Amino acid sequence: MSTQLRPAPATTPPAPGGTGPRGTGRPSRGRWHALRTYQPSGRFLPILATLALFLGMLQVGGLRYEGFTSSQVILNLLTDNAFLVVLAVGMTFVILTGGIDLSVGSVVALSTMVAAWTLQDGWSPVAAIVATLTVGTVLGLLTGMVIHFFDVQPFIATLAGMFLARGLCYLISVESIPIRDDTFFFLASEPIAIALAPWQGGVVIGLLALGMVAAVVKRAALRSALLPVLVGLGVGMWVTLLLMGDPELTTTYSVVIALATVAVAILVLHRTRFGRTVYAIGGSEASALLMGLRVGFVKVAVYAVSGFCASLGGLLFAFYMLSGYSLHAVGMELDAIAAVVIGGTLLAGGRGLVVGSLLGVLVLGTIQTFISFDGTLSSWWTKIVIGALVLLFVVMQRVLTRRQS
Amino acid sequence: MRDASRVFSSTLLWPLLVLLALLVVNVVANPGFLEVRVQDGRLFGSLVDIVRNGAPVLLIALGMTLVIATRGIDLSVGAVAAIGGAVACVYMVSSPDESGLGTALVACALALATCVALGLWNGFLVSVLGIQPIIATLVLLVAGRGLAMLVTDGQITTVNNDSFRTIGVGFVLGLPVAALVAWAVFGLTALLVRRTALGMLVEAVGINPEASRLAGVRAVTIRWTVYVFSGLCAGLAGLMIAANTSAADANNAGLWIELDAILAVVIGGTSLAGGRFSLAGTFVGALLITTLAATIPNIGIPSETNYLFKAVVVIVVCLLQSPKARAVLRRRRTTPAPPAPPAPPESPTPTLAKAGTR
Amino acid sequence: MTHLDSAEPVVSMQDISITFGAVTALDGVSVRLFPGEVHALMGENGAGKSTLIKALTGVYAVDGGTVTVQGRRLSFSSPAAAQEAGISTVYQEVNLCTNLTVAENMMLGREPRFLGAINTRAMNRRARATLERLGLDVDPASTLGDHPIAIQQLVAIARAVDVDAKVLILDEPTSSLDADEVEKLFAVMRRLRSEGTAIVFVSHFLDQIFEISDRMTILRNGRLVGERMTADLTQLELVQLMIGRDLEVLEKLERELGEEGSTVVDETPVLRAVGLGRKGSLLATDLEVRPGEVVGLAGLLGSGRTELARLLFGADASDTGTLEVAGRRAKLRAPRQAIDRKVAFLSENRRSEGVIADLSVADNMLLALQATRGWLRPIPSATRKKLVDEYIEALDIRPADPDALMRNLSGGNQQKVLLARWLITEPDLLILDEPTRGIDVGAKAQIQQLVADLARRGLGVVFISAELEEVLRLSDRVVTMRDRRKIDERTNVDVAVGDVLEIIAGDARAEEVGARA
Repeated sequence: MSTQLRPAPATTPPAPGGTGPRGTGRPSRGRWHALRTYQPSGRFLPILATLALFLGMLQVGGLRYEGFTSSQVILNLLTDNAFLVVLAVGMTFVILTGGIDLSVGSVVALSTMVAAWTLQDGWSPVAAIVATLTVGTVLGLLTGMVIHFFDVQPFIATLAGMFLARGLCYLISVESIPIRDDTFFFLASEPIAIALAPWQGGVVIGLLALGMVAAVVKRAALRSALLPVLVGLGVGMWVTLLLMGDPELTTTYSVVIALATVAVAILVLHRTRFGRTVYAIGGSEASALLMGLRVGFVKVAVYAVSGFCASLGGLLFAFYMLSGYSLHAVGMELDAIAAVVIGGTLLAGGRGLVVGSLLGVLVLGTIQTFISFDGTLSSWWTKIVIGALVLLFVVMQRVLTRRQS
Repeated sequence: MRDASRVFSSTLLWPLLVLLALLVVNVVANPGFLEVRVQDGRLFGSLVDIVRNGAPVLLIALGMTLVIATRGIDLSVGAVAAIGGAVACVYMVSSPDESGLGTALVACALALATCVALGLWNGFLVSVLGIQPIIATLVLLVAGRGLAMLVTDGQITTVNNDSFRTIGVGFVLGLPVAALVAWAVFGLTALLVRRTALGMLVEAVGINPEASRLAGVRAVTIRWTVYVFSGLCAGLAGLMIAANTSAADANNAGLWIELDAILAVVIGGTSLAGGRFSLAGTFVGALLITTLAATIPNIGIPSETNYLFKAVVVIVVCLLQSPKARAVLRRRRTTPAPPAPPAPPESPTPTLAKAGTR
Repeated sequence: MTHLDSAEPVVSMQDISITFGAVTALDGVSVRLFPGEVHALMGENGAGKSTLIKALTGVYAVDGGTVTVQGRRLSFSSPAAAQEAGISTVYQEVNLCTNLTVAENMMLGREPRFLGAINTRAMNRRARATLERLGLDVDPASTLGDHPIAIQQLVAIARAVDVDAKVLILDEPTSSLDADEVEKLFAVMRRLRSEGTAIVFVSHFLDQIFEISDRMTILRNGRLVGERMTADLTQLELVQLMIGRDLEVLEKLERELGEEGSTVVDETPVLRAVGLGRKGSLLATDLEVRPGEVVGLAGLLGSGRTELARLLFGADASDTGTLEVAGRRAKLRAPRQAIDRKVAFLSENRRSEGVIADLSVADNMLLALQATRGWLRPIPSATRKKLVDEYIEALDIRPADPDALMRNLSGGNQQKVLLARWLITEPDLLILDEPTRGIDVGAKAQIQQLVADLARRGLGVVFISAELEEVLRLSDRVVTMRDRRKIDERTNVDVAVGDVLEIIAGDARAEEVGARA
């Protein structure tokens, strides 16, 4: 017991006048001072860095290559990576609890197989979709149960899940199975016009501008969240401008599904007890237990969520490829993990945002677009750059957490 | 001897039994399985193929054992192996004397040096920067194959050098060179680890890092060393894989081999939580994995389902190692369960340290 | 405050006994908690404080005795059950999630919801109301980790209070707080007390105990020593009760080994520390140890005795002051640097900082020597065998099997192995932190004898123990620590336990006397 004193946390004695973010009652010491000492809360720093990285890359691409920043090209970042967005969302849940899920790539392959196989067998598209999602979710659920009830490390348990899913693929068929279903075809390629007319865009931008004004007026209530809110609204304006930029602009249902997944994930993570427990476990599992939260349930559930997202991603991948094949999505788990890390989520858990993972996927997509636009750069640069970015973010997180503790 | 019997009963027994069972299954399916015949002064047979094909996994598992013993993990070995093979092949192809023995030697040295450098990099991230091993080695896992393709310029580089080819498919005294090399390295390492103090210090760091620090063990150096060694082993394995086909395939050389290696280590009885390690166990584990891979086609199941069997093995082994699962099994056997004994009074106030901060 | 006895106790624990295997951790202890009081739980290491708290919070099951909460007999099966009965605990390490907001930390698990969705606004409002009730000006929407530990501690209390706790247990909440922060905590405690909450307060700072508590229960070796009103007790009396000797009896105890006297005077000190300190753990302290001298560090738990030892060994790095080892300046940033200068340190945490449980006795013994040689130069097996056999015999380690696994040895034998680990490195200075704690009597005497012998052979020894008798019996010089600094140093000529007790309790009692006058 007497050792408990020893590693006395390096706390700075509270400076007179206040420590850390303080209540509102205090008279302000002048606007300039507030501006000078303004510090966006530490948790937003990584995601702001990701956003800056993404926009910076677009900027550089736009300067170097004709048409790089055209609305359709930027929108295609999403169209071509919709499945990865969904995977990254599921992975975010797992990583936020401090775990990892290596099985998602294999589950994507398995999902394409299950979908193709059931369709070939004459199932209705709806039944095929339900079956696919069920398989992925159950697999995730089982993995989660092994992890929680038997204390097996997530790394190893999901490794087993990875082997299992791949093995099941081969059990279904060694060959590629084409998908010829009309519904799938429709979902895969039916263009949805999403261009905004100038007046529509104008209204949206006006609303966003109003939001900005409101945010600045209510800055006292927003405090450290002010900058992220302003940046978010700014990004909204940029997106609106993009949508106004090309009257022919279209997208696919995959993108709609992916963005809906992101939206639902944000709601769940930030507005439900389940979501907050995910964060609490990542922060400190022991504390979460002492707070009386349902730690066991949530730990199992995040793997089920990840399994669900992997199978949904697999469906989107099936829309994209229109085939089921055992060798689909080899190594895709690494892309998903990389997207989450580049999106600013702490691999140790507890910190990170789903929007960050979306941005992470967009960054990965931009790298690919870069390489395809350039023509002289070889495809392997994708991997090298992704590795370098992962390193950059891991080291950045390390520095940030070290400074805090 | 009491010691030896205990080790046998706890860690080596099960993998050995499974290995034996696999062999029996093979013999039943194919009575000629165990046959080894001499032809052109070489040994031929399924068993010879198993030891030859198992050489790269064995080498990588060897390096992985030491890494895992320090509470670490090295995910990048497959990618490092690919880079090693790529460096060797590209050097040979670009040298004026592509098929010379000297060229092959320089190529191998160059490849191994590269892999040692990559091991240094991993070790730096883990031991100096203090990044979690899974994450630190993830960087090279992601980027490594890209680097290998950078070296080979995205081509499958084929070389025409018989000396180099020997590492993969050659025979000396009737035995496959790959297996001989792997076994020699294995033996040397076992000797090095147990004859010097490296093994003891590695285990000390893995079992109780803080106590080791207070006893003056330079944990940073020890950790760093094992990652460098792991890189070296991966390089050797990469050379074998490349020599096997006389080509460097940046995309597929050593694909998933890190998982096989980790599996071999775990099957061999070394806990992923670090600490005591068993090189003999790793040896058996690696042999088991290779035999499993050979068994499946031999008994007439498509070899692609290999994965399914591996999954089953991983799950079974992990459940056997998990204290919780064992407790459940034990409780089934001996009812009623005694009340969980509370922590001894000496332990400090509730263990509220964050769970699982490995 | 003085009419507490007339009220019904909110919690009454009667004749509580808890055993762990053969060890009796609590033996018939009774405690009463009254509404509106701060009740201090006092005792040295191993007295049973934490066991008692865990019994009250449902972590341990009670083997004997009854727990009555507001007149109802209860037996808690889990921490959750205790919380439901209105008993909340705040531990020394903040048990919250630093990555969540202040409000979430206070409300999570019972946050206001609308159709399953958390109503963040209502949650923040309720959190703010509770914080204001405690007089705290903290933004509920800010991230907890952005606040200093003191605020986090107060938020933990706010969480406990928000469930309408009848009993609030504060287990060493002040150990990492500075004076201002402690004041803030006390203000909150006073407010809660006035609202009728019963507060159990555990702290090893005597001044704080006397400042805030109304009543105290004193434990020693798992037994109840007594329940006293704080106002009726002086610090000296309290220390005597905790350590368990009557002043008069103690005066009669003579030193047994001191007679031989020490002849060391003129040699260069093995170690000299000037102004050595570390933020948050030790104020600037001077210390000198000469060859052949045993310097005893006396003081209560948390007085800075262990902290000083760790700085001398480089286990923690110092922020201030200088250190000289064998006359040469040394800046110790890692234990290895100290070991290379022939300093050895036996940690008080045998299990977590000493024993390598899965290695053999021989490996454990040779670890430090091997570490200094580097892994490339293994100790030759002949030397190895000779050293190990020699020390197994010299220290009477049982079982006398070099290949036995360390985890299978008893505490006393493990301690001897660890001592051997350091003696094998042939140190000039040996720092022993509680070398005899938690080991049986026979081994204890053997270790004490060994320390005396070593000093006679010319080693400098720093000896730390909670048992004053032991410190006095062994040391040539006694240094007394209190409140993270050295308050006294004297040659151990005629020092009696009572003298040291008076020093430990001393200056506060003087103040007390001054205040009464």
